[in-house]
Amino acid sequence: MAKVEVPKPDELSKIDYTPPKRGWMDTTVEFKPGTWCYGTRPKYVEAVDLPNPREWKPTDEDWKLPENWREIILEGIDDRLRKYRSFRLFMDICVRCGACADKCHFFVGSGDPKNMPVLRAELLRSVYRKYFTASGKHLGRLAGARELTYNVLKEWWYYFFQCTECRRCSAFCPYGIDTAEITLMGRELINLLGCNTDWIMGPVSNSYRTGNHLGLEPHTVKSNIEFLLDDVETITGIKIEPTFNRKGAEILLVNPSGDIFGDPGNYTAMGILMLFHEIGLDYTWSTYASEGGNFGFFTSNETAKRLYYKVYSEAKRLKVKWIIGGECGHQWRLFHQYLDTWHGPADFLEEPVSPTTGTKFENAKSTKAVHIAEFTADLIRHGKLKLDPSRNDHLKVTWHDSCNTARGMGIFEEPRYIIKNVCNYFYEMPENTIREKTFCCGSGSGLNAGENMELRMRGGFPRANAVKYVHEKYGVNMLAAMCAIDRAALPPLMDYWVPGVRVCGLHELVANALVMKGEKERTTDLRGDPLPGKEAKEDV
Amino acid sequence: MGILFSFFAVIILVLFVFVGVKVVKLQFLFGIIIPYAAVVTFIVGVIYRVVKWGHSPVPFRIPTTCGQQKSLPWIKQNKLENPSSTLGVIGRMAIEILLFRSLFRNIKTELRDGPKLAYGSDKWLWLAALAFHWSFLTILVRHLRLFTVPILPFIPLIEGIDGFLQIGVPRLYMTDIVILIAVAYLFLRRVYIPQVRYISLPADYFPLFLIFGVALSGVLMRYFVKVDVVAVKELTMGLVSFNPNIPEGIGIIFYIHLFLISTLFAYFPFSKLVHMGGVFLSPTRNLSNNSRIVRHINPWNYPVKARTYEEYEDEFREKMKKAGIPVEKE
Repeated sequence: MAKVEVPKPDELSKIDYTPPKRGWMDTTVEFKPGTWCYGTRPKYVEAVDLPNPREWKPTDEDWKLPENWREIILEGIDDRLRKYRSFRLFMDICVRCGACADKCHFFVGSGDPKNMPVLRAELLRSVYRKYFTASGKHLGRLAGARELTYNVLKEWWYYFFQCTECRRCSAFCPYGIDTAEITLMGRELINLLGCNTDWIMGPVSNSYRTGNHLGLEPHTVKSNIEFLLDDVETITGIKIEPTFNRKGAEILLVNPSGDIFGDPGNYTAMGILMLFHEIGLDYTWSTYASEGGNFGFFTSNETAKRLYYKVYSEAKRLKVKWIIGGECGHQWRLFHQYLDTWHGPADFLEEPVSPTTGTKFENAKSTKAVHIAEFTADLIRHGKLKLDPSRNDHLKVTWHDSCNTARGMGIFEEPRYIIKNVCNYFYEMPENTIREKTFCCGSGSGLNAGENMELRMRGGFPRANAVKYVHEKYGVNMLAAMCAIDRAALPPLMDYWVPGVRVCGLHELVANALVMKGEKERTTDLRGDPLPGKEAKEDV
Repeated sequence: MGILFSFFAVIILVLFVFVGVKVVKLQFLFGIIIPYAAVVTFIVGVIYRVVKWGHSPVPFRIPTTCGQQKSLPWIKQNKLENPSSTLGVIGRMAIEILLFRSLFRNIKTELRDGPKLAYGSDKWLWLAALAFHWSFLTILVRHLRLFTVPILPFIPLIEGIDGFLQIGVPRLYMTDIVILIAVAYLFLRRVYIPQVRYISLPADYFPLFLIFGVALSGVLMRYFVKVDVVAVKELTMGLVSFNPNIPEGIGIIFYIHLFLISTLFAYFPFSKLVHMGGVFLSPTRNLSNNSRIVRHINPWNYPVKARTYEEYEDEFREKMKKAGIPVEKE
């Protein structure tokens, strides 16, 4: 399929917020090129035994649905209403005050009224009312109810895959209605008919088989990491030899696989390897549990749970004491809010204690999984690392709070503490765009494909705009984030809206500043760019 | 369409009671049967709704965290926006329910030339919502004067505060004015903000007109078209003591007021107005963020088919051995 041309920034930023004259129930969905992802290939659906594998395109007239698709959906709704209080409640209590409307990055970037969280939820609520409430059954449209038609289903698919489940709207809703909960249910429902996107199902089936969403087989996981370590040796003169699947290690590291694969995430992985080597941590990397991210979450609760089976079972097999999790967004939403509920109790593990500082991580007492930012902040606080922040002086850094770690966990201060200790130039973006009000990169929840680039650039517009502000005001040239999708999604976003700003993870900055025992004099940072004051030597 | 429909629906309700009381003389129906039926519908309906919500479990602990988590001892936790204890949750819910914390957070996003996005504080909706709900509550409490003998001691106190301006006779209650202004504002923003108009359903306009009707008829009755207050109290006390009777000479405006209130009560459980009960149950707000400290149980958790390590090793064993990765079976 041919690549869709993305309009230029000055064109894309002409956004019309005026809603159409016709009511939304009378407006049928239009599949605008560049705003949707390809449909799933059957092999991926088959790989994880989800229903209705077939060749199909979202733009097809006929989606090759099962005969009784309507019954499947309605039964699916009924089932989920019984299973999730959030779902039933959020179907009932919205007053349509509109406080969420301009909080969604997709609405701000597109002006499409169906991207207002309230209306995105109404797409499903209207059907709920028709079939599950007395007023909807009897009063129909007067009560905001409508029939479940083929067009409604297509509209669901189109708009539920235009939500990155970042939960920003939820922070502003007076009842805490969380559109992520609603689109998660919506996606589960359309998954009952075998409708998902290729960019989600590919990673899901890969993760299931190989343990990581890139489909890297065990020897490739190892060789990819060794490849990164060659670079580390060139830069620092230190040879690092991590272990893989080693039984009896104290700690299991579960990291997003994107970081051992591609630029710029690989610098973050190098940073973690360097840090753990420097403090002599007794840890192991697993090729089997080689993924922190969980794309199953974007198909159904069950698939997500199936993919995370590997985490605790591998920790048990390797007889480690506890787990450190890497810089990954949805990983932490799920590690923090789901993992223990799905696969706990993790009573074969021990309550995490940092072997370097002796700190007990009491907030991870039950899950036994510590976020690497918590771990590193503690190291710095106890003076266990020798840091030379001036090595990051060529970088003017700003911090992007990743949605899931912000609104699903509340980890704000740890990364800032780390950055302030490893960088001399740190600038915050405007207040209404950070912390719990942070804006999504525009590509979370499985939207980081290439064919929906226009949507990504629109969705990332508010984030980029805030970066542009600090870029122009302070000369910020590095956007740091602790989410692997951020590291994949933000570089094209920056190139499009704010050229001159690059993207990195937290531990890349840590590793740049980290003075390692026995290292040679460093002349470049991890990216091979000359360090401040060392440029001249490069020229000689 | 929604606006006109809702407006005329309320007008028809008013005409209905006018004809019923003035022409057909159904005082008994409008003064006793309908109010009883409405209160029963309200109570049964709200309980039904809350029980139904409560019946669905909360499988996962999913609070929206709007502040710093509890982590290392030297990092200050935001105990209200990101509570890790029950006390914190109570605090969070209290500021949410009493002060509408989340709505207070509201900001307005604007696209300016450049293109640049600007964010400004936008507290009008918060202010109007707060004014509306608190006025409503105060008025409701003031009405307890009609339902208690002797009058509960806190009622005159609230009346005193509410009416401290002491304008005219009978003295003017601030909440009477505030609620009319607040409802009018909530209606006007629905009409004037294009996005809000686009999402508004008849079910959004109807309660606004209805509540406006209730408040307006109350104001008219109190300040302009006087009714016999002694007779009204006789009727209300009859209702609460389950010994109902219809005193003579209560004006039609009272029956209009009472019927609109009855409609509101009966409509309540079937509409979005149940947000009043629902807000207490919202899992993104009423759970503590301690899911890594304490295990949260999903009552319908079930085992899933997973790819085991054995299956994994069976597929990749040779490659693993070649790469020097330890295996279970040689």
